[in-house]
Amino acid sequence: MRIEQEIRIRKFNKALIYLVLILLTLICLFPFYLLIVNATRAHSEIQKGFSATFGSFFWTNLKNVLDNKQLPVLRGIVNSFLIAASSALLATYFSALTAFSIHVYDLKLKQFIFSVILLIMMIPNQVYALGFVRWMGTLGLMDSHIPLILPAVSSPVVFYFMLSYMQSNLPLAMIEAARMDGASEFRIFNQMVLPIMKPAIAVQAIFTFVGSWNNYFIPSLIIRTADKKTLPILIAQLRSADYLKFDMGQVYMLIFLAIIPILIIYIFLSKYIVRGVAVGAVKE
Amino acid sequence: MKKLCRQSRKSISYAKWGYIFLLPFFVVFIIFTLIPLASTIYYSFFENYMSGLTQIGPKFIGLDNYRKILLESDLPKYAWNTFLIWTLGFIPQILISLVLALWFSSKRLDLKFTRFYKTVIYMPNLIMAAAFSMLFFALFSDVGPVNNILIALGHQPFSFLQSVSGNRGLIALMNFLLWFGNTTILIMAAVMGIDDSIIEAAQIDGAGPWKTFIHVTLPSIRPILVYVIITSMIGGIQMFDVPQILTNGRGGPNRSSMTLIMYLNNHLYSKNYGLAGALSVILLIATSLLSLIVYRNLTEKE
Amino acid sequence: MKKIKRIIASMLAFTLLFVVVACNGTKDPDTTTTKLPDTSNETPKESGGQEPVAGQGKVLNIWGWNDEFQGLFENYFGGVPDDVEVKFTLVPSDDNAYQNALDEALLSQENAPDDEKIDLFLVEADYALKYVNSPYTLDIINDVGLTQEDIAGQYTYTQEIVTDSDGAIKGTSWQATPGLFAYRRSIAKDVLGTDDPDEVQLALSTWDKFYEVAEKAHAKGYKMLSGYDDSYRTFSNNVSSPWVDDKLNIVIDDNVYAWIDQTKDFTDKGYNNGSSLWDDQWAADQGPDGKVFGFFYSTWGINFTLLGNALDTPLPDGVSATGDPDAFKEATEGNGIFGDYGVIEGPQNYYWGGSWLCAATGSDNLDLVKDIMIKMTCDADTLIKITQDTQDFTNNVEAMETLAADDDFASAFLGGQNHIALFAESAKGIDMSNISAYDQGLNEGIQTAFRDYFNDNVDFETALDNFYVNAIEKYPELKRPE
Repeated sequence: MRIEQEIRIRKFNKALIYLVLILLTLICLFPFYLLIVNATRAHSEIQKGFSATFGSFFWTNLKNVLDNKQLPVLRGIVNSFLIAASSALLATYFSALTAFSIHVYDLKLKQFIFSVILLIMMIPNQVYALGFVRWMGTLGLMDSHIPLILPAVSSPVVFYFMLSYMQSNLPLAMIEAARMDGASEFRIFNQMVLPIMKPAIAVQAIFTFVGSWNNYFIPSLIIRTADKKTLPILIAQLRSADYLKFDMGQVYMLIFLAIIPILIIYIFLSKYIVRGVAVGAVKE
Repeated sequence: MKKLCRQSRKSISYAKWGYIFLLPFFVVFIIFTLIPLASTIYYSFFENYMSGLTQIGPKFIGLDNYRKILLESDLPKYAWNTFLIWTLGFIPQILISLVLALWFSSKRLDLKFTRFYKTVIYMPNLIMAAAFSMLFFALFSDVGPVNNILIALGHQPFSFLQSVSGNRGLIALMNFLLWFGNTTILIMAAVMGIDDSIIEAAQIDGAGPWKTFIHVTLPSIRPILVYVIITSMIGGIQMFDVPQILTNGRGGPNRSSMTLIMYLNNHLYSKNYGLAGALSVILLIATSLLSLIVYRNLTEKE
Repeated sequence: MKKIKRIIASMLAFTLLFVVVACNGTKDPDTTTTKLPDTSNETPKESGGQEPVAGQGKVLNIWGWNDEFQGLFENYFGGVPDDVEVKFTLVPSDDNAYQNALDEALLSQENAPDDEKIDLFLVEADYALKYVNSPYTLDIINDVGLTQEDIAGQYTYTQEIVTDSDGAIKGTSWQATPGLFAYRRSIAKDVLGTDDPDEVQLALSTWDKFYEVAEKAHAKGYKMLSGYDDSYRTFSNNVSSPWVDDKLNIVIDDNVYAWIDQTKDFTDKGYNNGSSLWDDQWAADQGPDGKVFGFFYSTWGINFTLLGNALDTPLPDGVSATGDPDAFKEATEGNGIFGDYGVIEGPQNYYWGGSWLCAATGSDNLDLVKDIMIKMTCDADTLIKITQDTQDFTNNVEAMETLAADDDFASAFLGGQNHIALFAESAKGIDMSNISAYDQGLNEGIQTAFRDYFNDNVDFETALDNFYVNAIEKYPELKRPE
């Protein structure tokens, strides 16, 4: 009798849990559903009210957004992509390099350097934004993409991840053996270590790419001319420019373009991304 | 003797490579972080802003900017806003994440489709905060879809964007959605890393699920919890994209959603470098102190 | 001991860095000069500050805050030489963003490569003074090459507002902007029994009468106005003193307080929809499903905003009343509430805004700039065409009076009304003597701050506080009156 009761309670609990999970899923997905629906409707349709069904204006809205002279969207996507990809490349390569030097070499200031890098991690980058912007002005780098890409070389968070990964996956003996074989340090790193780091690099490349793609604050202070703008800046422009909201179909379409491509990539790579976050956690 | 010499020579010459490999990181750090940081601190001691097309200053005024910010401005209000909105989002975030992490990692429950749920709840973390905020601005506006639904269901339309609680609530909701997936995955990984034998030992001792959770699980995942709390706090202080886009930089009704960084951004846009510098330094000190306090507190009781 | 050594070493390094930065920090990289040249004693010819480079550059850079002028330029100018590329840079004007971006660019104009130098930029009445009184705009007569004859046909107030303290005219406009009240004919018929402009004007000729009609409209389920900011300009452009006095104190005129009182009253009585200028609700209220009696507007708004919001299906690109009369008729007849609006002067005479073209100092395209200015702001034929197409009130006294007297001129959008006739006289009397360089930030600021008061989110004093805080954030040199 008691066991039957227990089983029933357990089944009931489980059903409740599933309910909660489904609810959470709905809350997560509902905004995107509305986004897609409204991106397919015309301005006048949107003004009329809510609709759960799709409209037929997807291609028209897309065409209008791409043709919009005030919002160089294609340019923005290209810019965002180039900056994000370059940042991902630089961040992963140089973080791995830096982690390699801490892991492999017996340096006098090793502890100190390590602590410094940890400290850097704690500084929010908005705090030195002022000095950053003025200094870029002095260097003649205002309104250029360089200040948005180069700083990726020094990414403490990626470094930390690489170091943790190396500590569990790169035995020093391997390095010693390669040295006996006569390989130069540089070659050892590029040809032996990097391939071993591939999973870590992949995960961190994705995170760095996404982080750079979504970055708004610093780029908004640096970029001035229209065809250098990145997507987040265009979104902000959309928000503040009243005259651009005369066509809400375009508004939703622009948001769609900013969000959906990343989501599609995510759905394909989700296994690795989620695993990557988990791996990072265990290493902490 | 000879062998020793050769060995020490080898390790020194390799160490040289170590320093070389460190160079790019630190050179870039000095150029793009250290100099800006020093420069910001420097600017904070000067009166420096634009009046129309004329430059006022730079004129050395010592701690006057700090005085203006700390004593004469609404800084406490913005700090409170930031803290309140962060708390509103973080408390549900950590609670739900803990619960979800336990559910997903529980062998007893053996939930199906966990990969699907994990994928879905993590998804918002990758969304451009600015675009997400723009979306919510459109969806929750007075004539937007959410209000349409409310009216269709027979309720009164509610002005989310014009009410203080609605506005702050939306920001907190967005922060929650953006981060709870990430937190769940992190905690889940930590939970799965707990040695089963410890849990079993507790259960043999007669501890129920609740007690096991409080006395065994939580302490075991302390490092992750510390990590989550600190990074979330630092993220909270940096809260910018979401409220900025939602309220178009105005800080919502009665400046009740104006966060610290939005306030900083206003000064940067007015080109008031003196005040912006002082504010930046204050934020830097506050962030460092907070991180230190939380870190100490949570790692003390071993 | 080692730890202490390390701490001292890092502190020393940091201090060294500090010193390095300090030595570089005294130079301001963004400005070419830290103090502007004193132009008070110079003759008008030298007010440009440097010799304007005449001739032809390869890229014509035009800056603005929305696409109003771009539309006009592309449809009506047509005189761009083949080898010149026209580049529009548009920065939305909210929160002084446009002004800030423009300022930065103007300040580095000297060092900019020719192709990036700003040639022409637009300014609004709200901040025209700031640029007019600076050396960054060129004298259109002496530096750009327009003649007194060229500009003779314009409404004098459009020239007075952009004349600097030495008498040099620093800008020119294609429009005059008398204020009006646009009303829904169908709603007027329901509430007043008539939609004839003259009779509607009689019913709304004073603020007291306006209130009465608001009550009547409310009784029939309509709102008199859409939101809080609609009537702002009617009050703010009739102030008796500028926003900022010569001691840099912010001065809130009695008329602005009158606006606050009226709006609070209307809101409490439910006479408006609580919208803000340019937002979703406001735009929707102008559309086919809107139940709002009318909108305060100026002539530039009719084509630029009201038309788009009133239609169900948007107009196809490039179709205009004079360009494609048949296509235009087809696209607009029965489309939404096209034809359901009429305009009157309203309870008080006022003006609203206006855009001016300024030639930027350092431009490398002065010949083309001159041509643009002449064609777009002085040529009567172009200006008449613009009015016929867009219902905008253009800056040519003769043209406007001709159209006013023309019985055949009627705006289909306005239900066949000749609205130019309405304004031809009042446009001559527009008085802009109380503008200041801070108008944009302060106008925006007071509307934002008091929105909370109208919404019952804060009380009057708090709203006032918020206004001052925001104002001084934007303009650090201003002071709050004791």
